[in-house]
Amino acid sequence: MRILVGASSCGISAGALNVVSALERALAKKGKSSLKVETTGCIGMCFAEPLVEIRENGSSRFYAGVSPEDAELIAAEDICLKEPIERLLIDPDEFLKRQTRIVLRNCGRVVPSDIDDCIKYGDSYKALEKALSEKFFGEGIISEIRKSGLRGRGGGGFPTHLKWSAARNAAGNKKYIVCNADEGDPGAFMDRSVLESDPHSVIEGIIIAGAAIGAHNGIIYLRAEYPLAVERMKQAVSQAEKRGFLGENIMKSGFSFNIAIKEGAGAFVCGEETALIASLEGRRGMPEIRPPYPAEKGVFGCPTCINNVETLANVPWIILNGGEKFASIGTPASKGAKVFAVAGKAAKSGLVEIEMGTKLSDVVFGICGGVKDGGKFKAVQLGGPSGGCLSSEFLDVPLDYESVGKTGAIMGSGGMVVLDESSCMVDIAKYFLSFTQAESCGKCSFCRIGSKKMLELLNDIMEGKVGKESLDELQNLAESVKRASLCGLGQSAPNPVLTSLKYFKEEYLAHIEFKRHSDVCRKIGKFSIVSAKCRKCGLCMKKCPVNAICKTAEGAYVIDADICVKCGQCAESCAFKAISRS
Amino acid sequence: MSDGSTFLEVLGSAGSNKYELIKVLQAAQNEFSYIPASAAEEISEKMNIPVSEIYGVITFYRQFTLIRPGKHIIKVCEGTACHVADSKRLSGYIADLLSVSPGETTADGLFTLSSVACLGCCSLAPAMMIDGFVYGRLDEVQIKEIIENIRKGEK
Ligand SMILES: Cc1cc2nc3c(=O)[nH]c(=O)nc-3n(C[C@H](O)[C@H](O)[C@H](O)COP(=O)(O)O)c2cc1C
Ligand code: FES
Repeated sequence: MRILVGASSCGISAGALNVVSALERALAKKGKSSLKVETTGCIGMCFAEPLVEIRENGSSRFYAGVSPEDAELIAAEDICLKEPIERLLIDPDEFLKRQTRIVLRNCGRVVPSDIDDCIKYGDSYKALEKALSEKFFGEGIISEIRKSGLRGRGGGGFPTHLKWSAARNAAGNKKYIVCNADEGDPGAFMDRSVLESDPHSVIEGIIIAGAAIGAHNGIIYLRAEYPLAVERMKQAVSQAEKRGFLGENIMKSGFSFNIAIKEGAGAFVCGEETALIASLEGRRGMPEIRPPYPAEKGVFGCPTCINNVETLANVPWIILNGGEKFASIGTPASKGAKVFAVAGKAAKSGLVEIEMGTKLSDVVFGICGGVKDGGKFKAVQLGGPSGGCLSSEFLDVPLDYESVGKTGAIMGSGGMVVLDESSCMVDIAKYFLSFTQAESCGKCSFCRIGSKKMLELLNDIMEGKVGKESLDELQNLAESVKRASLCGLGQSAPNPVLTSLKYFKEEYLAHIEFKRHSDVCRKIGKFSIVSAKCRKCGLCMKKCPVNAICKTAEGAYVIDADICVKCGQCAESCAFKAISRS
Repeated sequence: MSDGSTFLEVLGSAGSNKYELIKVLQAAQNEFSYIPASAAEEISEKMNIPVSEIYGVITFYRQFTLIRPGKHIIKVCEGTACHVADSKRLSGYIADLLSVSPGETTADGLFTLSSVACLGCCSLAPAMMIDGFVYGRLDEVQIKEIIENIRKGEK
């Protein structure tokens, strides 16, 4: 019997480590301290954290939302008496069965801190052995990747084999493979989870990529806000070095390869290839005009191939199972599966890997159980700050690069935020634009000034300060910024605005006309206390987070409109419905 | 996340290799929790990089700060998932609780309130990070408790 607790960042912050120590304590008390409590990565069911798995005789049972007290019960009843506690059990199949798990194959299954476990249960480095054989080494690997049809998962969807061929054919003795682990989309966590839960697959993918293009050096550019991922990757690299999977003459193949880990310093634009290179060279992360492409002139002036974490994690699977097998999954142009990080108002948020071409509704409603707390589905945001919001009309859209691209949103790297009726689409557009505007590096004027102007205009619209004609102005400006910006950041920054203008125009109009449009925006209108209904209990004053409510000398309560942030908490809390919104 | 080397060690091993500037700055930030002017000057001298260029890099990246922060840094997540879970309200609440504005440090030097673009724990939104630990599924009551606990630990 094995006892496993999911301990990725999400598990740990939900209390997984307390669960581990509670289990250990309880087992020691029962004289069973010989039973080890192991920590695994994230299986993707983040909604059910902390998660305890009891693995026995080839099958598993999962306990969801385990508290330290529950852990004691599990130790006493399930582990010691073999009496599973039905009320805490969860059926993972509901969530996992409809998925196609390639990248996530080992996540939550292996113990990421233990290379032996990864080798034994996760087939780690098996593909590497194959890739380093004479039959595959170099061209053979690229040809397998070509057959697979793998496309970059970092957002662009560029065919991986073309990138690898270009880097292989580039002149130069010293070449680099860079793993882009800068995951910058705020609201996405696919790469973090893979790095934390299955670091050896990423390392293996990097080494195989190196063998394919003739590079001997790999760099992992890792986002600084992911301390656990940094720690696990460092540990995994040093374990792989000790086992001879990294270093000189790997598996007696004559091929040598090393990996260095570089921590990012916090700048979204550094996810862009040329900015990433500048950052690796110790400079400000300002994008540059391509060509030259990194494949010709990249890090330290050497030919460089930059791939996303998820792209690289697909590679060992493809080598092991064959390109054709991979190509048999997905749609004609988008092969394989894609990981999505589902968050926001989804009933079951977490990581989902589905076959390309799966309908959006199958993810949102099928796997993730629709909207939480009985809310009503309004939209889903795909692709983060470079993407867009799709309304319920698009629930049938197949999730592949082409179909999603046609809607004006993008597949992006896999961020999927479910929104319910409480979200205002103009606010969401503004949210993303504020993000990209703040992250603009300032090099080109369209992005620097254009995004700022757009934001100002959006603010005016939200406050009802401008007329209908401002929407055309916004549209024009957005299109210009999209067309004329230097790098992907500016070129895609207008997308959230453009898609919401296209699909949710009535919400913009509602702001302009300053009328209450169903519940679209809390920022519309004004809260006031209806003195006839008010019983002067003072609860609203206590509830108000910004102290906008005060008591007058006459004992009446009033809301100061200048301070009020229109959060609506006072109205919700009032038992006498004495607070109205107009 | 240093590997135990001090700022001076990292600076020493970087020599005049400009490529190492960010790594050296990260070492300084780790050690001092900000980049003191003296450190920037020392880097400039040892690595032969103009101070202006060093400031250019420092101000470009979120990770570096030029002001000494409080002992505990509260990073409220402003990612998409946290945004739709009303993280603004929570940062407003913390600001009130500590009587500071975002970016500021409390008078007793204990807390700095800042923000982060996403902690990667979106399924536990709204989230915040204090001293490297992520707290998720937050509400006002919990935040108050967490902050009070840290305060108590300081006494
Ligand atoms: C502003 C901006 C941010 C980006 N951020 C990331 C990122 O965080 N991770 C990533 O893998 N790719 C990111 N990209 C895409 C990369 O530039 C690049 O296309 C990708 O890493 C290539 O790898 P792939 O071919 O394996 O997808 C970003 C692009 C832009 C324009
Ligand atoms: S949006 Fe807050 S953790 Fe990702």
